[in-house]
Amino acid sequence: MMDTQNQDTILSANHLVKTYSQAAGRFGFGSAQVKALDDVSIALKAGTTLAVVGESGSGKSTLARCLLQLHPFDSGEVIFAGQNLALLNKEALRSARKNLQMVFQDPFASLNPRMRVGEIVGEGLLIHGLGSKAEQKEKVLQMLLRVGLTADDAFKYPHQFSGGQRQRIGIARALVLQPKVVVCDEPVSALDVSVQAQILLLLKELQQEMALSYVFISHDLRVVRHIADEIVVMNKGKIVEFGKVIDVYNAPQQAYTQQLLSAIPGRKAA
Amino acid sequence: MTVNILNNILNISNLTVTPKNAPNRFLVKDVSLQLHAGKTTCIVGESGSGKSLTALTIMRLLSKQLQSNGTVIFQGNDISTLDNKALQKIRGAQIGMIFQEPMTSLNPVLTVGYQIGESLTAHLGLKGSALKLRIESLLQQVGIPIERANSYPDELSGGQRQRVMIAMSIACEPLLLIADEPTTALDVTVQAQILQLLDDLKTRMNMAMLFITHDFGVVADIADDVIVMFRGEIVETGTKKEVLTKPKHPYTKALLACVPDAEGKKQLKPIDYAWLNESSLKSAA
Repeated sequence: MMDTQNQDTILSANHLVKTYSQAAGRFGFGSAQVKALDDVSIALKAGTTLAVVGESGSGKSTLARCLLQLHPFDSGEVIFAGQNLALLNKEALRSARKNLQMVFQDPFASLNPRMRVGEIVGEGLLIHGLGSKAEQKEKVLQMLLRVGLTADDAFKYPHQFSGGQRQRIGIARALVLQPKVVVCDEPVSALDVSVQAQILLLLKELQQEMALSYVFISHDLRVVRHIADEIVVMNKGKIVEFGKVIDVYNAPQQAYTQQLLSAIPGRKAA
Repeated sequence: MTVNILNNILNISNLTVTPKNAPNRFLVKDVSLQLHAGKTTCIVGESGSGKSLTALTIMRLLSKQLQSNGTVIFQGNDISTLDNKALQKIRGAQIGMIFQEPMTSLNPVLTVGYQIGESLTAHLGLKGSALKLRIESLLQQVGIPIERANSYPDELSGGQRQRVMIAMSIACEPLLLIADEPTTALDVTVQAQILQLLDDLKTRMNMAMLFITHDFGVVADIADDVIVMFRGEIVETGTKKEVLTKPKHPYTKALLACVPDAEGKKQLKPIDYAWLNESSLKSAA
């Protein structure tokens, strides 16, 4: 566990509010306002992992997308390396995004089935114009090898891989740009436990090697216990508890957190 | 596993499932197991281990591309050879089943009350007010307000839908309940409630329950006996305590080492399949 005191905040969100209009009533003719994010503030310290946990509908995935400016939000701000991302123009935002990458939950839906793995992983380098063609190729190769794939895999298509291997491709795509922050949205929940363990260890190793900071979105409190330094518990769009993982797990302050922790399967018997 | 002849509900011997066009590729190989009244047996394994196929074979719900061999003795009768008509009398009556995704298992254009009532009318011939009373009592047993009988599936939450599925599956008081990953799509707090409900019903109705899961945490909460499957074969069986605290087979040990614990004490260790193949070969030799 890293000491999280006196570390620089690399990414923060201040007072984020995001409201959805939702179809309501029979046949969906009415409409209702749903607060997906209700005054949410978080701070990610450099080199650490901040987990955002909650049940479905808690707003955790909305938060992930708002952090990367993939969703517009009603009010609030996201500050990365001193810049308010919402105020950046397209060009500046694109170059900031090089440092802000995302790994998605569903390794099937998030890889273009018509592109070869080498192209998928290299696309970011191409878009950001990083290095010559030969250098890009070399970077892609190194990244593939680093996440446990082979040089030959660059010429294959996503459907030729298993779920765990596809998640490795997704990680390679995010990390080839050498980002500072990676937002991982349920990266291991679609995977078998044995594959899940591999990917969690890979993420931890890469964090050390590349000095990455992770925002780790998850509903699985057992996974979070293993990967995170700090934790934010969300319920119905609000943050209900925040703290170091050890503290929150050992002495949850809020009733909702206590309820979540006591619902972890296998705890009673253990 | 304790074998009690009197309480024996289901007996599977040497069950094998293969694709029809590739009879040498075993999806399930030589699986034998017994289920007992009032006991929950968990089959645990990763995707592709054959745990769901085993459950589907009991109900004879295998895809047409697959064929099964072996005997499935339910209450003294071999149901693997029954004709469809005889089988229909057992399915949904003496054997109930719950699936992972409650929304795809429920008909969206029928009220949940009607859907719960269908098997009661078909198997027990209940009609009118007797049917209505029975539906209400079932809804009560699974913790859903009785006025919900007139709701459509899309008006219910995921947890409520799964409760409706459970009400349907226990409507005719089955001797055996097969639950295939019934809580995998649910939030943890809802999962905890559903597990508790299934455990209560099992005890109250003295059912045998076959519970398929990939989650050792769920196993720890609900199982009496545990069967571990790997690549179509049973690699280990035992009581919950035996399997979780003193696993014998290298695969069980390796799989348990992958499961993160809520206390964070454990060092996660991915499975080394090369080593596993070698060591299982040794243990088999």
